[in-house]
Amino acid sequence: MSNRLRAWLLATPAILLVFIFLGLPVLATFATTFGDPKGPFSTYAAFFNSRFRMTVLWRTMEVALVTTIISVAIGFCTAWVVARMPGRIKSLLIIAAVFPLLTGVVVRSFAWLVILGKNGILNNFLIKIGAIAEPLSMLYTQGSVIVAMVYLFVPLMILTLVGVLEGIPQDMTDAAASLGATPAATFRQVVLPMAVPGLIVGAVLVFTGSFTSYATPQLLGGERQMMMGTFLYQRAMVTFDWVGASTIAAVMVVVTLTTVLIMSKVARKLNPMAG
Amino acid sequence: MKTRIHPVLIVLTVLTFLFLLGPLVVIIGSALSDTTYLTFPPQGLTLHWFTNIFEISAFTRTMGTSFMLAVAGTTLSMLIGIPAAYAMARYRIELPAFLGNVFVLPILIPEIVLGFSLMKSLASGFGLPISLALLVGHALIVLPYTVRVVGASLNSFDFSIEEAAVSLGCPRIKAFFTVVLPNIRAGIIAGFILAFITSLNDVSISIFLTGPGVSTLPIQLLAHMEQFFDPTIASVSVLLMGVTVAVMAVVERTLGLTFLTK
Repeated sequence: MSNRLRAWLLATPAILLVFIFLGLPVLATFATTFGDPKGPFSTYAAFFNSRFRMTVLWRTMEVALVTTIISVAIGFCTAWVVARMPGRIKSLLIIAAVFPLLTGVVVRSFAWLVILGKNGILNNFLIKIGAIAEPLSMLYTQGSVIVAMVYLFVPLMILTLVGVLEGIPQDMTDAAASLGATPAATFRQVVLPMAVPGLIVGAVLVFTGSFTSYATPQLLGGERQMMMGTFLYQRAMVTFDWVGASTIAAVMVVVTLTTVLIMSKVARKLNPMAG
Repeated sequence: MKTRIHPVLIVLTVLTFLFLLGPLVVIIGSALSDTTYLTFPPQGLTLHWFTNIFEISAFTRTMGTSFMLAVAGTTLSMLIGIPAAYAMARYRIELPAFLGNVFVLPILIPEIVLGFSLMKSLASGFGLPISLALLVGHALIVLPYTVRVVGASLNSFDFSIEEAAVSLGCPRIKAFFTVVLPNIRAGIIAGFILAFITSLNDVSISIFLTGPGVSTLPIQLLAHMEQFFDPTIASVSVLLMGVTVAVMAVVERTLGLTFLTK
């Protein structure tokens, strides 16, 4: 048997699994959106002309974008410190970041339900210290969704960036400093360019992850803060509008893939070495 | 020369880790509270809510389902993923480079879209039993983990050892099991355990492929949260955190947790 044939035979089951159970079903979902009797693009026209659907789309974009910006900022600063800690402390901090990451999304969203609820810990605390008289309604707001999403994605950002920032040798920043660069200049001209690939990978993961999330907006946003994921579920399983649900699915795929493609182009442009 | 880290950054880092771990401490505390509602710090200590989990059949049943699903889905994915990872590492020039991207498609396509599409095509279109569709869905979403983690192990494996065995007359299959497999054991264990926890925690696929007959623990938890708000959910969450600790211990002993920062 030739090596070529052997290689293909070994890879075939995995290729088939992806093709049959991912490729075909997702393509079938796309096909559904073009099958409307009113014309092939009528479902998309309906989507983009609907005030409600566009509100959901923009809200999802906004939440995902804000989540990404905050997570990148917090993640970068934290990862910078973690990467520069001595061995033992560093491992401890990495463990502390991995633990929430591997804990399920339901559990982590639930924590914020307990904290932000009407009779929640934060309200009780604020009343106790006399900061407020009446409990605030913090749940089911855009803010509560964003807080929980940032909580979800900061560990991912830290872990992505620690590896990258560790790879920037201390000598480089020392050299810049000894040549007279201010800390700000060193950061901008040495650290940032080297960290860009990692930053972009992390940002894409956070953006696509929050753009397509389901459990967190379901628990902390509810009906009032519907996002694309919860909207898709509602259309598919509550109103059984499968054409509408397929259209939402297609829009989600297009937004996600476009983001990934554009950002990997940007990464390549900013850092030709990244390939 | 040791560069000093700006004190503001240190403070920020401390705050970040308080933010990351605080909510989990809150869950542990409220699971121990001797009250019928969720509160923190706990008032009085009790393990009642932990024993209460086992009084609720919906929880015990879905725990069993989730565990078996995670084991079966991951095993299936391993059986399919290891040969693929092996082929890609061993016969690099024989296979097109884009194949690596094919195996990460389950991460690239939004999980909720995949869940919906599987429900629409498999369960509804072809009348496949929902439990089977659920199994396939889970095997699919963990495939990138199995292929990549095992692949990382294989990339640092010296295939000339295998060649030596084969040229000395060892059949290829036997060479794989006795020479290659023992050397990539760490990758397989770590890949298995990471895939297992991903499957165990999954919501977006399962939400479409569960129904009156079949449900998983995370889906049951979601449903329970919308009706009740007692410390039982907190105690189930603590049990799940226990699983996380076990998973981390295994990854640490096999590949080391720093593997996750690469």
